Amino acid sequence: MQYFVQQLINGLTLGSIYGLIAIGYTMVYGIIGMINFAHGDIFMVGAFTALIVFLVLGALFYSVPVVIALLVMMIVAMLLTSLYNWTIEKVAYRPLRGSFRLAPLITAIGMSIALSNFVQVTQGPRNKPIPPMVSKVYDIGGISVSLKQIIIVIVTALLLALFWYLVNKTSLGRAQRACEQDRKMAALLGIDVDRTISITFIMGAALAAVAGTLFLMYYGVIAFSDGFTPGVKAFTAAVLGGIGSLPGAVLGGLMIGFIESMWSAYFSIDYKDVAAFSILAIVLIFLPSGILGRPEVEKV
Amino acid sequence: MAVTVSPERDSVATPIQRALKEAFYAGAIALGLFVLFIGLKTGQNISNELVLTERWGLLAAVVIATAVGRFLYVAYGQPFMANQKITDVATGLLPASVGSRFFQLPAFILAVVAAVLLFVLSNSLAGWVGAEPAGYLQFLRALAVIYVLASVIYYFRAFIHANFTKLGVAALVLYPILVVAVLSLNAWSIVGGLQGSLKWVDNFGIQILIYVMLAWGLNIVVGLAGLLDLGYVAFYAIGAYSYALLGTHFGLSFWILLPAAGMMAAFWGVMLGFPVLRLRGDYLAIVTLAFGEIIRLVLINWREVTNGSSGISGIPKVSFFGLMSFNVSDPNYIAKVLGIAQSGAYYKIFLYYLILGLCLLTAFVTIRLRRLPVGRAWEALREDEIACRSLGINTTTTKLTAFATGAMFGGFAGSFFAARQGFVSPESFVFLESAIILAIVVLGGMGSLVGIAVAAIVMIGGTEALRELDFLKQIFGPDFTPELYRMLLFGMAMVIVMLWKPRGFVGSREPTAFLKIRRAVSGSFTKEGHG
Repeated sequence: MQYFVQQLINGLTLGSIYGLIAIGYTMVYGIIGMINFAHGDIFMVGAFTALIVFLVLGALFYSVPVVIALLVMMIVAMLLTSLYNWTIEKVAYRPLRGSFRLAPLITAIGMSIALSNFVQVTQGPRNKPIPPMVSKVYDIGGISVSLKQIIIVIVTALLLALFWYLVNKTSLGRAQRACEQDRKMAALLGIDVDRTISITFIMGAALAAVAGTLFLMYYGVIAFSDGFTPGVKAFTAAVLGGIGSLPGAVLGGLMIGFIESMWSAYFSIDYKDVAAFSILAIVLIFLPSGILGRPEVEKV
Repeated sequence: MAVTVSPERDSVATPIQRALKEAFYAGAIALGLFVLFIGLKTGQNISNELVLTERWGLLAAVVIATAVGRFLYVAYGQPFMANQKITDVATGLLPASVGSRFFQLPAFILAVVAAVLLFVLSNSLAGWVGAEPAGYLQFLRALAVIYVLASVIYYFRAFIHANFTKLGVAALVLYPILVVAVLSLNAWSIVGGLQGSLKWVDNFGIQILIYVMLAWGLNIVVGLAGLLDLGYVAFYAIGAYSYALLGTHFGLSFWILLPAAGMMAAFWGVMLGFPVLRLRGDYLAIVTLAFGEIIRLVLINWREVTNGSSGISGIPKVSFFGLMSFNVSDPNYIAKVLGIAQSGAYYKIFLYYLILGLCLLTAFVTIRLRRLPVGRAWEALREDEIACRSLGINTTTTKLTAFATGAMFGGFAGSFFAARQGFVSPESFVFLESAIILAIVVLGGMGSLVGIAVAAIVMIGGTEALRELDFLKQIFGPDFTPELYRMLLFGMAMVIVMLWKPRGFVGSREPTAFLKIRRAVSGSFTKEGHG
């Protein structure tokens, strides 16, 4: 039982990170119906920004309290990563809006290749390890919970609450939901669609940057190619939960996290990704539009 | 609240003022994007800790370059292109006015003379001017040759445009012979020519043709049937491992295993097809992507069979239909049988014709299938699935045949790849490969075989050509490695080509079924990729 709860906690940590990235996929998909393939690399850029900020802080000050360091890393990463996603949307996706469906997908894949190789060229191909920032581990009834995990879950919960508020209670969120339902009608009613889409990309990137910072803190290492696997997993999570649905993205992220940690604990660690992908395929056979996704209404 | 509309605000700003403003914004954005990534570099010190190196000079250069580039584009580029659009009548390959200004007789003669002179003197040049300027002169020679070829193409553009397919096939068939002939003349010996041709035939010819074949295979799934497949590389892997395992363990010949690998891949195509029959669009995309990853992860982890990430080596070579072999030690080695000099180039040239044959087979099958009921059903499925079903087409078999046929060609290409490399490992079958193949299909203009071939030549040939940029070391110093920038440029090229031609190189298409007259269908009337 203890072992099970332990795995549950590990899964929750992992799932929180996936959920944060998955929101970026699902929001962009919801509003412009496009798979933003570069999102995984946006996450990697966020983690890398946090890494560089961490090193800058280390170089400038003798010692910085961990809380402040994390906060600064997160904020700078959010700002710069948002700038990246905003620029990418403006340069690579906006001119192709209204073009056929695969065109932005291809530019997104191109941007993904360009981003990861840009980081490789400018920062070098090696893994970048940082000294552990938070190493405290609590023992609660035989279950060890590290402070890192607590931070990840709390930060994720706070952000999700803030995010929920933004989408459901503010005029910005209303505009977003309106664009999601019918972009043309929203424009006719005076919503600046371009601006709303830009903000969607910025919000997605900010969440991915937080996920990147947390990832860096949790694993203590990042490399230029680390965007792909979490990106694909988060995308899987978004689809599993029903792409376009925000609670679905979080649910899917948690599910993928649980599947992974349970599978590595009880079966084999080698096949954990295979398990996650297989479960995706099986779920989609029975629920073709994901767990919480709206079934597609076909109009003839 | 009064809304103030000030139309004069835009008209007051001259293009230069607007360009200055835009340049400022572009510079500011570039500064934001690059301040951490170019301004600082993370590196390891001796005790393996991360340290930062400052590169503010490089950062300033990049930011200024961005701003200047944006300024020139807004101030001169945009007005120029707007003018061009008005004055140009598109004629085939190049807009007429630009073309006729760029390709003129005196320049053509000059380029021919320069190229010939530099070729004749190429061996003694280094002695006269030293090694370093000789490198530049070689680059100049390459430019002159390209210019001459481009002029010839421009002069015969109407003819080329009319007979593009025939000329293309002829050029592909003659390519190795031409390469060997030119290099033999250059080195003044046939053995030297054969040796020099290795790079051109293998790195450029075979490499490009493998991608052409893969893209044509994927084209059946994506371009014809409109099913977005992001895991096509899985079938390539299945074909490669089929040949690698059966060939190394049972010693079976390539000619038996080629169809076997195709069948194996087709079988897995159907296996993938079954669960995804009900899925549409992006759900289909993610499941195919997941399938590709599952196959790769199984190849990595099923160590007893696949030897894990270290891969399988010592895969037997293809024989010349069992008559002659390409192993030097064999009694029926080709050079011994024919009584010619030993060279590794025969095998490469043979492989080139083999993959060319496989490509042409793929193209032939695709063209013929499009006229069969199943091909028409694919295209109907792509355009509208509901209408397709209402007309009594069985969408299940239609989708499954598309997956199986596409997968089969992927399997063929895979077994060829294994035979060519002599080594396979899961490294070769990552998602990036699927993405590149899909990108070639879309950049070429989905459904158009010629467009896809052109896209493969441009994208793969372009990235291979970037390996040849050693002369840049003379400019940027010996630490500069142009190879590193290959994939960065590849990704950016994908974006730029897509922005430039969203419908791909060949945007219009010939209809397969028509009433009385055959009219080309503009790309904007077709709805591709609606899975």
